Amino acid sequence: METLLEIKDLWVEIEGRKVLKGVSLKIPVGQTHIIFGRNGSGKTSLLMSIMGFPAYKVLHGKIIFKGEDITQLPPYERAKRGIGIMFQRPPTIRGVKLREILKLCSKENGVKIEELARSFTFEKFLDREINKGFSGGEIKKSELLQLMIQNPDLVLLDEPESGVDLENIHLIGQMIKKLLQKETHRPRTKSGLIITHTGFILQYVTADLGYVIMDGEIYCEGNPLEIFEAIQKYGYEGCKNCLKRCGI
Amino acid sequence: METIDIKEFKSAKEAKLPQSLEELSIEERERLKFLGVDESLKRGGEYIQIDAKPFICKKREAKGLEMLPITEALKKYDWISDYFWKLVNPEKDEFTKAVAEDLDDGYFIRVLPGHKLVYPVQTCLYIRTDKVAQKVHNIVIVEEGAELNLITSCSVHPHLSSAFHIGISEFYVKRGGTLTFSMLHVWDKRTYVRPRTGVLIEEGGTYISTYVSLFPVKSIQTAPVCRLVGPNAKASFISIIANHPDSHIDIGGEIRLEAEETATEITSRVVVYGGENIARGKIVAKAPKVKGHLECQGLMLSDEGVMRAIPELDSHFYDVELTHEAAVGKIAREEVEYLMARGLTEEEATSLIVKGFLRVKIEGIPPELQKQIDKTLELAKLGF
Ligand SMILES: Nc1ncnc2c1ncn2[C@@H]1O[C@H](COP(=O)(O)OP(=O)(O)O)[C@@H](O)[C@H]1O
Ligand SMILES: [Mg+2]
Repeated sequence: METLLEIKDLWVEIEGRKVLKGVSLKIPVGQTHIIFGRNGSGKTSLLMSIMGFPAYKVLHGKIIFKGEDITQLPPYERAKRGIGIMFQRPPTIRGVKLREILKLCSKENGVKIEELARSFTFEKFLDREINKGFSGGEIKKSELLQLMIQNPDLVLLDEPESGVDLENIHLIGQMIKKLLQKETHRPRTKSGLIITHTGFILQYVTADLGYVIMDGEIYCEGNPLEIFEAIQKYGYEGCKNCLKRCGI
Repeated sequence: METIDIKEFKSAKEAKLPQSLEELSIEERERLKFLGVDESLKRGGEYIQIDAKPFICKKREAKGLEMLPITEALKKYDWISDYFWKLVNPEKDEFTKAVAEDLDDGYFIRVLPGHKLVYPVQTCLYIRTDKVAQKVHNIVIVEEGAELNLITSCSVHPHLSSAFHIGISEFYVKRGGTLTFSMLHVWDKRTYVRPRTGVLIEEGGTYISTYVSLFPVKSIQTAPVCRLVGPNAKASFISIIANHPDSHIDIGGEIRLEAEETATEITSRVVVYGGENIARGKIVAKAPKVKGHLECQGLMLSDEGVMRAIPELDSHFYDVELTHEAAVGKIAREEVEYLMARGLTEEEATSLIVKGFLRVKIEGIPPELQKQIDKTLELAKLGF
């Protein structure tokens, strides 16, 4: 299977603190991978490094996307090549409406923006200042709408279920499925990397492969549901004990 | 603020007035059109002055509106002496003196009692000839219960080596009248600008002044004095400024709350790419039960520029509510990166954030004017 993203022995530091310590993974075209990890384990750091935010300094290793080494490219170059990210806590930009950003994300006409927003009953937010006073669920919807219009080949989702009430989680699951072509038959062309500490998103979106990240290192790789069940049962402490048993 | 030697400039009277708009270059016409001199826009009236002389002075809305070049109004009405040089002192400085001694022209606009004009009146003061000083005197009278939206665009020919605009403006808002005065200016990095403005607002009158300057200019210094002399009079001053390298912009304003229950608000938003910006504002409470708020926000985009925010509150009574807030800072890195992750370059992201910062929602101005301000924001290069 063709590889879309490959991360090779990635070491990253932020403000002098090592947050990723030799992460490697490979996401084939059309697959969704999910990374479990407790708070502070380096999940957001991994996504931010893939997107190329300069505060996340790559000390060692490579990020290869569509066969090209993008380790040194700025975020907008990566966005242009087909990487998109859903932020966990996006900033408010005053005076700037969601609609304006949507327009800039695409060359599409306004009609499609309206239509798409309406299909998620989000049209009332188009003329709101972006992220200002948005609830947890509204932030997710706004982020996902931006991604749908941006239409990336690799979607990075940072805790998509956090802060979302039960009423909205279903709709957000639907949006993610659409983004990742989960409703269409294979072969899919869109890939995803989801990070989560609760894992509950798996009830709405399927994933092909799961990992556990602890203190900036990826340890486990396997069936996502099995990993999720184990974490639910034993917590991340369980993962630690498991590693001890394996002598790591 | 640097000194300007007024003697270095020729009298604008020496300039030749074009016969028609067609005589202007395409570039000039584009610029004027952008500033609102546009046949397709609905206007109540139009006054265009080129250098020293009125070029167009035309009413389109017949009822309730009077428009004349000031030189004619001075001849036509004796009573104009009650309004002429009454809010601005001709002895104030060398610039007021220069206009008092040798007036070129200017506009006289009066809206008769109870008339609320549907469409804005557009005026344009344009300097077309190199090295001239344009000396203008304007009088606007909004009579009792009348309403006027006045848009003034000032600009210069795109290729002058220097130009100097001095404008005296005296505005009267009578009982219950409303005047919104919006200035959209496109100067040039070699233009000096010295407006001298006085405003008088009677009981229940409203004055909303919006000043937009997003393009380079050599130097602007202005500090209108606005007196609220009747109960329930209101005044708002909004300035939206991009301060470019080598531009010196010093905008102040003194609002005197001289009657009970008067209120004022001064808002300024400044983006500093370079040069020097001084945002002053002074609110003086000369009566009890008044309210005033002064807000100044500056966004610094470089270390090459200077921004000074100088708010001043003066109260002579205890029962008043005067407040100010000022903040100067830089663009949040986080916001730029957020937009870059959506595929915008750093420049595009910065420009969008600056645009949002400058987009002040102005209460009480007509939507078409808001649109024009938005368009100016759209066209001004706000990246870095
Ligand atoms: N700007 C920062 N400066 C210093 N440390 C940071 C910064 N951002 C994150 N960290 C630290 O890096 C580690 C990983 O953070 P993060 O990737 O956000 O974790 P997660 O998303 O898994 O909760 C944490 O210990 C966190 O405190
Ligand atoms: Mg996180």
